[in-house]
Amino acid sequence: MSLLEVRDLHVNVDDKPILKGLDLTVEAGEVHAVMGPNGSGKSTLANVLAGRPGYDIDVGSITLDDEDLTAATPDERAHRGLFLAFQYPIEIPGVSNMEFLKAAVDAHAVHTGLSEPSAVDFIKRARATAEQLHLSADFLKRGVNEGFSGGEKKRNEILQMLLLEPRLAVLDETDSGLDIDALQVVAEGINAFRAGDNAIVLVTHYQRLLNYVVPDHVHVLIDGRIARSGDHTLAHTLEDEGYGWLDG
Amino acid sequence: MPEHAPELDDLVSQDYAAGFVTDIAADTLPPGLDEQVVRAISAKKEEPEWMTEWRLDAFRRWQAMRPPRWAHVSFPDIDFQAISYFSAPKGDRPKSLDEVDPELLRTYEKLGIPLHERAKLAGVDESEQAVPEVAVDAVFDSVSVATTFKDKLREAGVVFCSMSEAIAEHPDLVRRYLGSVVPKPDNFYSALNSAVFSDGSFVYIPKHTRCPMELSTYFRINAENTGQFERTLIIADEGSYVSYLEGCTAPMRDDNQLHAAVVELVALDDAEIKYSTVQNWYPGDEQGRGGIYNFVTKRGACLGARSKISWTQVETGSAITWKYPSVMLRGADSVGEFYSVALTRNRQQADTGTKMVHIGPRTKSTIVSKGISAGHSRNSYRGLVRMNPAAAGARNYTQCDSLLIGDTCGANTFPYIESKLPAAVVEHEATTSKVSDEQLFLCQQRGIDPEKAVAMIVNGFCKDVFRTLPMEFAVEAAKLLEVSLEGAVG
Ligand SMILES: Nc1ncnc2c1ncn2[C@@H]1O[C@H](COP(=O)(O)OP(=O)(O)O)[C@@H](O)[C@H]1O
Ligand SMILES: [Mg+2]
Repeated sequence: MSLLEVRDLHVNVDDKPILKGLDLTVEAGEVHAVMGPNGSGKSTLANVLAGRPGYDIDVGSITLDDEDLTAATPDERAHRGLFLAFQYPIEIPGVSNMEFLKAAVDAHAVHTGLSEPSAVDFIKRARATAEQLHLSADFLKRGVNEGFSGGEKKRNEILQMLLLEPRLAVLDETDSGLDIDALQVVAEGINAFRAGDNAIVLVTHYQRLLNYVVPDHVHVLIDGRIARSGDHTLAHTLEDEGYGWLDG
Repeated sequence: MPEHAPELDDLVSQDYAAGFVTDIAADTLPPGLDEQVVRAISAKKEEPEWMTEWRLDAFRRWQAMRPPRWAHVSFPDIDFQAISYFSAPKGDRPKSLDEVDPELLRTYEKLGIPLHERAKLAGVDESEQAVPEVAVDAVFDSVSVATTFKDKLREAGVVFCSMSEAIAEHPDLVRRYLGSVVPKPDNFYSALNSAVFSDGSFVYIPKHTRCPMELSTYFRINAENTGQFERTLIIADEGSYVSYLEGCTAPMRDDNQLHAAVVELVALDDAEIKYSTVQNWYPGDEQGRGGIYNFVTKRGACLGARSKISWTQVETGSAITWKYPSVMLRGADSVGEFYSVALTRNRQQADTGTKMVHIGPRTKSTIVSKGISAGHSRNSYRGLVRMNPAAAGARNYTQCDSLLIGDTCGANTFPYIESKLPAAVVEHEATTSKVSDEQLFLCQQRGIDPEKAVAMIVNGFCKDVFRTLPMEFAVEAAKLLEVSLEGAVG
């Protein structure tokens, strides 16, 4: 069985068709890159996988570990191991990052039948993971995304991924707006997460990140459909030739 | 699109855990108010003649007054002759905790209020510390039924007793200060309270004394058709410090009940009073039936130089809240603070805020108000900052934030600034925000259920205020908000 199966997905936003029949199969242990021009529907795919309200599935299905999640709520999907790193992480003023992370980890523990980690163990683990991403300990005390720089926001998404250890991580443009040092730190984080029993869908429109996180498969999304799939060399072709040659 | 996308509105329910009734024999005056009733209350309390006269004077003034109409709230006229002005559990006031009716002890137990004299352990910190002891005065309907830790406080010279006891045992202090901060005819409800007040707490902290524990009063309205009119007076003598907390609950009833309290604080030179309120009176049901009318006058006087009074309030209950804990900053370099969280949901209405009156030089005040509205509720901040001509070098900072949950509620801000002093510094900041669908989705995506998410977002919004509460009360306040926001999802 595949880890993720997306079948013939048609999605409307404000009654406008955005995804127009998309298929995607992801096996455990794989990294898939989804590329494509601005407005082609990449974020729509990421959001609809996570069950974001406002993205209406007209036709099609989303299956994770053989379980149909097409109608599941966002928190149910999260409990099944689906994680979305946001393209534009938003603020929750006054809620400390630590408090937020603990609430998320506790919620997952409850739903997997494990006991919640002790506060002390959790704090140790969160600090070590933050350090791995070159984030200071002070960072955990600040409000969620409150006054974070662009790079800090993106690293914070990776921090959450590493602490929640999802089955499937969907990363939406986690590389955009990062300088080269931050990009490497983020790439190291993603590579540290990469393992045989999980999978990653990397949404990006530059191949820059793919130099550090080499994908098993690359898909090109154009106008709501996958126009072409290939191995990691497809990303280089796109870099050299753009998307125009795939039209029509 | 998930089938069960929760509506933000649905996340806010009407569970009210304190809504039970205690079945206890009560001695209740029949409804109605005239001079005879005022005399009867005074007689029941075996008060001295001067107190009876004081009440009658207030009653005569009240008769000439009309209820205020300026608040941004609406409700039918109150029939003041339909209310009973006194209700007390039958029997003599118990002399020690052992004599308190077990039914009453169970009531406070159920409400989570410790009427025993042992320190409790709270698991809120990484290093589970014993929380400091808290002395409690428990007021049930019109009377105080128990006050704990009196001996320990007496050793420190601290007086903490019911107002009735204070009138008998500390008449000089009572005569000097009662009505000195909130004069009888200050407003309609303060005049009414002055005439019929039943009980409440009295605190005196002697010179250069730091009160050895937190003091608290829990007010419980139990009887039907009865108004609660408590009176609290706290005097902090030179160089003393006290932290005081009040909590309040009432059963769920379909009729509205009137609660018209007066609280007076007096801080002399270098004294500090920290007064915290967790107000959880029954708020009424979803349709707006029942609930407490909370019309309260709270005022502190910083009489002494360098004195300080801080009000912190967490207001989640009551059908209507109408209160403006204020500070008269008389002493040079005195400091007034007001930190408020007011949560309204369903059909609740709150018009609350503060008055900071700068009279002495270099006086300073800080106002932080957080209003949270949900459902069809109305939530208004009303604040006055006045700089008198002698208040050279005075400063005020006001921050006033509103958070809306859903789009059927309303929030208003009415800041008034009166300055006769061009050089005074008055800063005002205000924001209005919503619990956004994006924030809710972020939390859900991380596995946090929508109810918890809303509670967490609201708690974050209130952090600046919770920070000012004593630690264990901050935990209690956060829990109370969470319970108040709990509800059926989708
Ligand atoms: N919330 C939304 N409301 C309205 N239109 C949207 C929304 N999200 C995306 N769209 C539209 O859907 C199309 C695809 O957008 P998106 O998925 O964000 O593309 P990409 O991530 O590939 O740049 C665009 O035309 C965009 O304008
Ligand atoms: Mg995008």
